Amino acid sequence: MKTWFRQHFAALARASRRLLRAPLSTLLSIMVIGIAMTLPAAGYLLLDNLKALGASSTSAQQMSLFMETSASEKQVAEARDNLQALLPDQWRFVSRADALQQLKANEGMAEIVSSLPKNPLPDAFIIEPVDASPETLERLSSTLASWNGVAHVQLDSAWIKRFDAFLRLGRLTVNLLAVIFAAGLIAVTFNTIRLQVLAGAEEIEVARLIGATDGFIRRPFYYSGILQGGLGGIVAALLIFVGITALSPSVAQLAQLYGSHFALQGLAFPHILALIACGGALGFVGAQLSVSLALRQMK
Amino acid sequence: MIVGSQLCKRYPGGFEALKNVSFEIAGGEMVLIGGHSGAGKTTLLKLLSAIERPTSGSLVVNGQNLVALRHAALPFLRRNLGLIFQDQKLLFDRTALDNVLLPLEIIGLSPKEAARRARAALDKVGLLEREKANPIALSGGEQQRLAIARAVVNRPTILIADEPTANLDEESARQVIDLFVAFNQVRVTVIIATHAPHGIPGKDVRVMTLDHGALAS
Ligand SMILES: Nc1ncnc2c1ncn2[C@@H]1O[C@H](COP(=O)(O)OP(=O)(O)OP(=O)(O)O)[C@@H](O)[C@H]1O
Ligand SMILES: [Mg+2]
Repeated sequence: MKTWFRQHFAALARASRRLLRAPLSTLLSIMVIGIAMTLPAAGYLLLDNLKALGASSTSAQQMSLFMETSASEKQVAEARDNLQALLPDQWRFVSRADALQQLKANEGMAEIVSSLPKNPLPDAFIIEPVDASPETLERLSSTLASWNGVAHVQLDSAWIKRFDAFLRLGRLTVNLLAVIFAAGLIAVTFNTIRLQVLAGAEEIEVARLIGATDGFIRRPFYYSGILQGGLGGIVAALLIFVGITALSPSVAQLAQLYGSHFALQGLAFPHILALIACGGALGFVGAQLSVSLALRQMK
Repeated sequence: MIVGSQLCKRYPGGFEALKNVSFEIAGGEMVLIGGHSGAGKTTLLKLLSAIERPTSGSLVVNGQNLVALRHAALPFLRRNLGLIFQDQKLLFDRTALDNVLLPLEIIGLSPKEAARRARAALDKVGLLEREKANPIALSGGEQQRLAIARAVVNRPTILIADEPTANLDEESARQVIDLFVAFNQVRVTVIIATHAPHGIPGKDVRVMTLDHGALAS
């Protein structure tokens, strides 16, 4: 076990030394890997932010239930009880009198309202369900519409549906982008590791002749790939951090103009870890392919 | 203990470098393999160190049948052999000490113990003062002794050297031969290929002579 750790540590040390021996090309490939990871990662972050934005805009999850103007007080009370049973405390009642009062408060409306022979407005409930997924809202709206004395349920779900479809399309696009850039990352690692193997050909030949196992020969290159990919992940996280920091004030300003407290979300710590892990894993794959091919050609 | 019987080696081009070679080398023996250029000396050493496989015949080294040796077992066979190549195969991108450290890194020795052993090996061949030198800055005799240090640092049971004195002056050649004699005195089997197998004064050595791939006795 101790030997196992020592061998892996030694391989890691040899990999670092190899990377440091050609600092410029190492730096360049880490930058390339970092930039390749930034694009899909930024895409995922953008989607997360859009989703948060969609959830934070209240109009998206609000529905209005209008009673018939002829609905009896009993029917209104029934609707109220049913609502409370179905969606406890996720609604509020706007009586026809209150609605008229609100209308009167609007400039220029007072005169028109007072000239009406009777109140034309219905009793209404404003509902804000906690579960605001499009399917739930759809189902809810048809349930409510079937109640006695209900004239009309208004639901702004067309907008939600469109937004949701847009998010799905966005996710698909970013997934494709991620696959393409992952392949690019593997290719970059493949190439740099290949150069490293060829540069170390003499050492590999000698090591084999004096009793090195395949593992001893391959391990440093694997670590080299993992290091490059992982460092690329850190570069990507840094680039995204810089981008978020640069954009945040403008987004906050824009949100304020719309009376919202929306703020851009950056990368959380688990995201950063995931970026580094992805980079490392892809680097490992690239190194593995590269070493296998280069060693086979060297024999 | 090494036993070869009816060994033949035919290279891919069809050239038959060894023909029906049979021999036995006991543990702790010192053997010189002589013969003209192209006689098959290097080929025989390559079979002994499993760098090449015999075309037919059988070869047992340290109880392992090299003809049937699995690829995965090869490194562990090599760790019991000290190989000194005709072209030395020193690495010129690192110091003399790092060259000697390589076999110890391969077996996963702790850095401290490895450095101690590598220095002891350099000391034995008289190169301790040159540990930080690049091998390219060493003389031919010093390079040969460095190659010996790398071969013995793993404490092998068998030392196999190909023309270790070929390009050395008399004094350097004598130093190198003295080293082999010293290792042989501590029961290391020593096998040396040389085109001019002189006897060694005060030393009982066996000479095997190859002639066009066949053993002449
Ligand atoms: N890889 C190879 N492919 C084809 N022929 C080879 C190969 N290696 C050696 N030979 C041939 O086998 C014969 C024996 O070669 P070997 O190297 O064993 O000779 P040697 O006794 O070591 O000679 P020298 O004293 O010049 O080193 C030579 O004729 C050589 O041309
Ligand atoms: Mg030869």
